Amino acid sequence: MTTKWKRQLLAGPYIIWMIGFILLPILMILFYGMTDSSGSFTLHHMIAIAEPIHRKALLLSLKLALICTGICLLLSYPLAMILNGMHLKRQSFVVFIFVLPMWMNFMLRILAWQLLLSNNGIFNTLLDSLGLPKLQLLNTPSAVVFGMVYDFLPFMILPIYNAMSRIGRDIIDAARDLGANSLQVFVKIILPLTVTGVLSGIVMVFVPALTSFVISDLLGGGKVLLIGNVIEQEFMQSMDWNMGSGLSIVLMGFVIASMAFMNVRGADGEGTAVW
Amino acid sequence: MVKKTVSRIYLSVIFLFLYFPILVLIILSFNDSKSRVAWGGFTGKWYLSMFRNTAIMNAFTTTIQITLIASILATIIGTLAAIGIQAMRRRGRAILLGATNIPLLNADIVTGISMMLLFVRFTKLGFSTVLIAHLTFDIPYVILNVLPKLNATSKSAYEAALDLGATPLYAFYKIVWPDILPGVFSGFLMAVTMSLDDFSITYFTKGAGVNTLSTMLYTELRKGIRPEMYALSTLLFGIALLLLLLMNFRSARKNDINN
Amino acid sequence: MKRKFLFAAVPLLLAASLAGCGGNDESTEVLTVLNYGKYFDPEALKLFEEETGIKVEYEEYESPEEMYTKYKAGSINYDLLCTSEYMVQKLIDEGEVLEMNFDNIPGYKNIDPAIIDAAVSYDPEHKYTLPFFYGTVGILYNTDEVNDAETESWDVLWDSKYEGKIIMENSVRDCFLVPLKRLGYSLNTTDEGELNEALQMLLEQKPLIYAYFVDETGDEMAAANASLAVAYSGEAAYAQSLADNLAYTVPGEGSNLWIDSWFIPKTCKSQENAEKFLDFLCREDIARMNFDYVYYATPNTAVYENLDEETKSDTTIFPTQKTLDNCEVFVSLDEAGTDLYNRLWKELKSN
Repeated sequence: MTTKWKRQLLAGPYIIWMIGFILLPILMILFYGMTDSSGSFTLHHMIAIAEPIHRKALLLSLKLALICTGICLLLSYPLAMILNGMHLKRQSFVVFIFVLPMWMNFMLRILAWQLLLSNNGIFNTLLDSLGLPKLQLLNTPSAVVFGMVYDFLPFMILPIYNAMSRIGRDIIDAARDLGANSLQVFVKIILPLTVTGVLSGIVMVFVPALTSFVISDLLGGGKVLLIGNVIEQEFMQSMDWNMGSGLSIVLMGFVIASMAFMNVRGADGEGTAVW
Repeated sequence: MVKKTVSRIYLSVIFLFLYFPILVLIILSFNDSKSRVAWGGFTGKWYLSMFRNTAIMNAFTTTIQITLIASILATIIGTLAAIGIQAMRRRGRAILLGATNIPLLNADIVTGISMMLLFVRFTKLGFSTVLIAHLTFDIPYVILNVLPKLNATSKSAYEAALDLGATPLYAFYKIVWPDILPGVFSGFLMAVTMSLDDFSITYFTKGAGVNTLSTMLYTELRKGIRPEMYALSTLLFGIALLLLLLMNFRSARKNDINN
Repeated sequence: MKRKFLFAAVPLLLAASLAGCGGNDESTEVLTVLNYGKYFDPEALKLFEEETGIKVEYEEYESPEEMYTKYKAGSINYDLLCTSEYMVQKLIDEGEVLEMNFDNIPGYKNIDPAIIDAAVSYDPEHKYTLPFFYGTVGILYNTDEVNDAETESWDVLWDSKYEGKIIMENSVRDCFLVPLKRLGYSLNTTDEGELNEALQMLLEQKPLIYAYFVDETGDEMAAANASLAVAYSGEAAYAQSLADNLAYTVPGEGSNLWIDSWFIPKTCKSQENAEKFLDFLCREDIARMNFDYVYYATPNTAVYENLDEETKSDTTIFPTQKTLDNCEVFVSLDEAGTDLYNRLWKELKSN
């Protein structure tokens, strides 16, 4: 009993750290979000999400995040199946391919898309040389979605692939022996067994896409205002910390809601590990 | 057969999508012309000017310092915490893990802002505030990687060692430690990955003149694209490739031995 | 064995890196400077550090509003700031600015008295500020695609022929001055009706816009990603140095003349060091380095006199008297005005 208690003490430094730097900051944001500049209680800054400007930004964020998550899912699921079907000896190879771009700085990956998509960029030069009309690709909501998909795709692929690779060959073989065709195997076995992976993938893509402000800043040319941009501007330009915190609380609400959605639907968030 | 071809094509398209932008950066880093589309001959001059650029080099050092210090400290604190948490009863464990999940699941921008609000209240922003922020979001990754391994270790072997007269520390070192080492290592690697790639949290907690590569590039990108950035991309990609290859090689060899 | 080595190496590494970052902060003096992006030659900064042994912590910002917030947040103690006249005025009015001791800045004699006088609107007794550069806001355009006659009016920025090829300023007052001037209003108006008209005009223009940029404008124009841009004169001159087919003009309806100045804020830790820095940047060789780096009109007479005739007569860099007469200087907004502008700006961006 005493050794157990002693062992618990090892968590001490972390508990102190957690209270100081995880819980306290959250309390700060709640405090700022629910008070006005003179310090008295108000819900004004949270209700402000309903103002047309903020509502529009939030709806656009939700829309782009949903599209991005949808595309990632559509791309990742077949990919995970193909990779799984290849029966690679070393699964770490798959992880390797998708983690490698993540080790190169996130800003530089965005820079690459700026180069590819700009009016006089590589895609348009290509279109031009084929005699096709040039398109305005950069600084549009689509460019922002592109950038998000590029950045967050690994977060979708890895959990799905993990879930899939855990399905035993013998289960599938057994199903086949019992006369199931490919479609049946897919619907009855593969799909249900990968739901957890899919759900954690969805959350891991949806949350950063919903709250991103840099991608829209650099690929949206200042024309695409997401809720993240509004919050950033409240802090960095308009200097309205109460408003920024109030909107952040609302955003946190959305994040928690999407987590809850996943927790209701699936089990825990296992399989999210990159390694 | 058709299915296989379709799969191959699909794989190549995704692969192209992931690596084509990087390839473009690598090619441009050797381009003698400043143009972003035309090839003006081969050169290495952007690499030279990158190494001479103090902003880039300072950001590079700061990034490495922050990443290493934060990940190493996070690995130590996180591993200890995981051992402690495992010894706790159900209730305490649930509460602690719930709080641990906050920085993982919360939006980066909210985490960054909340820490900024805290720091502004009590201190000035600088190098140490960035370090604290990184440490805070690194620790949970370590805990979540170590905990499953701890749960999988055999309790009876540890207790047997104690019964045979081993000190708890010795028993831990001989029995538990080898089992959780892979978890500690992958926790450390995830901490490194997250620290290296973080922008939002650093952006809100950094002081004047303190720049990691991410924040430096953000300021620079808003001033226009410089060819030195292509060189930097190539360099970083090269380092990442090398490190990951090394790690892969190591684990592959280990697997072969195990088999 | 290997494991033991690791155990020994980790604390050592930690100690080394901690010492590495903590050490130099204590032993040397530090000057924290906040300036516009692309506005000071990094080589000159290095030179200052070498000559004085003072380490410069250099931060950059994009718009005066951003600078104001960074300063006011109080999370960083700045020693020296540089920004545009209307923001300087606001900070002086708020009592945030310290008086300079010009005896410590002998280089001040290099500054053109005419420009110092022009600062009368925000620093009437010339106590607080030191002019750095000045310039105008105008249209930078690609001569292959736009002809000179078109750019005599701001109207060209609403021409649907240039859809997706127009860059606007991503800074609230610089953006609003365009429709305000096009409508014939003052760019200092706080009249809600006039500003709403301007907002409608900008909303109407938004579908034609390639991007809202500040410091990216020059590179993007040189790369021919857009045909027309609202740009600062120096940004335009910089772009012209990269590509031959670019021209700059200030439209007939008038525009903005701006003066950026240095000032010492209340948070300054060492006024002596700040003044050392100011004297340094007034020195002819340094002012010349900066001039060559930023391409804006320099108030430094020592530099101006030694320029070649071609540069002196470059109307992009040095505006003509006629242009200057047609330009207005920004004055600072009161709180209601600032809030109004902020709201309209968000409205423009969210639509």
